[in-house]
Amino acid sequence: MIEPTRDHYQDIRLFTARGSWIKLILLLVVLVSLPLLLPGYRVFTLNYMAVFVIVGLGMNVLVGYTGQVSLGHAGFLAIGAYTMVLLMTRLAVPFPLALVMAGFVSAFFGFLLGLPALRLAGPYLAIATLGFGLAVTQIIAHSALFGGHMGLVVPDATVGPFPLSGDVSKYYVIVGITFVLALGVRNLSVTRVGRAFRAISDSEIAAATMGVDVAYYKTLSFAVSAALTGVAGGLLALMTGFISPGVFTFTLSLMFLAMVVFGGLGSITGAVLGSIVMGYLNLEMDAFQELPVLGPALEGFSERFMSTVGLPNFGWVVTGMLIVFTILIEPRGLYGLWIRALDTTKRSKSTDADLSRSGPGAD
Amino acid sequence: MLPQVLASGLSAGSIYALMALALVITYKTTEVPNFAQGDMAMVSAFIAYMFLTDFETGFIFAFGVALVFAFLLGVGFEGLLLRRMRKPTHLNLIIMTLGFTLALFGFAGWKWGADQRHFPFPISANEVIRFGSVSISTLSVATILIAGILMLLVFVFFRFTKLGVAMQATQQDPIAARINGVPARAVVGLTFGISSVIGTVAALLTAPLITLDPTLMWDALLKGFAAAVLGGLNTPVGAVLGGYLLGVIENLFGAYVSVEFKSVVAFLIIVIVLWFKPSGLFGRHHERKV
Repeated sequence: MIEPTRDHYQDIRLFTARGSWIKLILLLVVLVSLPLLLPGYRVFTLNYMAVFVIVGLGMNVLVGYTGQVSLGHAGFLAIGAYTMVLLMTRLAVPFPLALVMAGFVSAFFGFLLGLPALRLAGPYLAIATLGFGLAVTQIIAHSALFGGHMGLVVPDATVGPFPLSGDVSKYYVIVGITFVLALGVRNLSVTRVGRAFRAISDSEIAAATMGVDVAYYKTLSFAVSAALTGVAGGLLALMTGFISPGVFTFTLSLMFLAMVVFGGLGSITGAVLGSIVMGYLNLEMDAFQELPVLGPALEGFSERFMSTVGLPNFGWVVTGMLIVFTILIEPRGLYGLWIRALDTTKRSKSTDADLSRSGPGAD
Repeated sequence: MLPQVLASGLSAGSIYALMALALVITYKTTEVPNFAQGDMAMVSAFIAYMFLTDFETGFIFAFGVALVFAFLLGVGFEGLLLRRMRKPTHLNLIIMTLGFTLALFGFAGWKWGADQRHFPFPISANEVIRFGSVSISTLSVATILIAGILMLLVFVFFRFTKLGVAMQATQQDPIAARINGVPARAVVGLTFGISSVIGTVAALLTAPLITLDPTLMWDALLKGFAAAVLGGLNTPVGAVLGGYLLGVIENLFGAYVSVEFKSVVAFLIIVIVLWFKPSGLFGRHHERKV
């Protein structure tokens, strides 16, 4: 990712290659025109996937950059969603401000949780976040303030004078925010902070030797990750119009992890792609039945050997298997496959290029 | 009231202690927290359920099959997935256990559905035995006894059999163990098998208490980890004591503070221990070499 030949100012520049501007404008045109081309119910799917992309960006900062695992990001999603809704209903805070607050409150909880767990090497953060995710849903489910098991209805939101009604207007808000956050995370990854993150993920001890305050940067990455997930939680509440503790489960946290692992740890493009695929999978759990040949075959298998009708929970099997096979075959996920494909095509053109790639700056 | 609370704490703590022991045995061997431990046990419990209801076999046969299945599942997980990874870093190993747990969870939901089922069991959860002022269900008594005996057997195995000592040697230093003629690879596989069996006993004791569904062991997995952190992730004895302690603390909290937030105790204990004594109550801090 970081090429040793570039200097600092080239690194932090937003658009690295000359073609970047054109690609970016093309992407914007596609994003703006998508809801106009697709049928209405598909826009809901797009919104859902955009929310997943924000969580994926957050998970990428944590897992991809500093090599820590969180099993409780559904908890941060819940904190973001409930913070925003409660601020809007109880204190009549306008939607944009409530959304920003959702990010901050989430980051604060991330900071509190990360502080003890991240001082220690080893699996402590994973264990602590496992408890955190389950504790958050328990507290929400048993408190009258949070609406208990019954959940809360999200009030109508407005941005300035514009009311956000209907999926299309929400689409522009959600995808706009997603786009800005993606650029922000991309920029973060090439600054001093981003380099510190990656140094830690390569080797904590080496990073500490080079003067990186490991505990500080690990906690920071966790807080940034929680903030992004909190904002995603607020947007999820906005798009669904209703939140309840049943949404924010342990399996959802695992799904979030699956997104970045499948997409490619440490790569923003990978995280975005992985989140889009998994977000779709999560929403359309029974889409397997509609596959041309495989669908009926799977259903037949299901009736014959699993003694059930249809394919209940089959999406989770696929998600789990995707993680297992990604780790087995290519731990860097889709991004890793892409890099490998590039390498193979380059190698067939000229073997000299290999020499420059195999230096310490490779990967 | 207090003796009653202690008795229920001990019974719940037995399950936590079993889970904690299962987690610590594999953690010591591979330095990987096995997040699939709970769902491996859950699927094994469903195997017992399948034999009991679909094939109408006796309890001993069904439970025997479940334990054998659990052993093979543990050995298979280690041999076919964990060992075959391209880059077995800590991060990748943890992610592998999580992927496996998600696949198992989905499989159970696919095969047996998400409905809550009544798990048939030879010992009743409703019959009550009285010891003075304390009344305790026969199932709880059985849980305390079975878990206690099993854990005693495990410790005897590790301490006094040749295989057990070989497993301890592998945990301490796999390379030195191999030089001294221990088949370290086979031993690691065996460790996962034994750990899976211990977890499954916990699942078979949990299922009649609540109902059987794919989320059966989520709670127990968290409590097992909390107990292990409380006692010390590197000390099997400490983790078991941590399990009993967690059971008692949790029930005291339920009796005197709040029943509704009882399950938040485990999380609070994890955070408090990490703040003040990260090596656990009974563990020593373990320095990693560069």
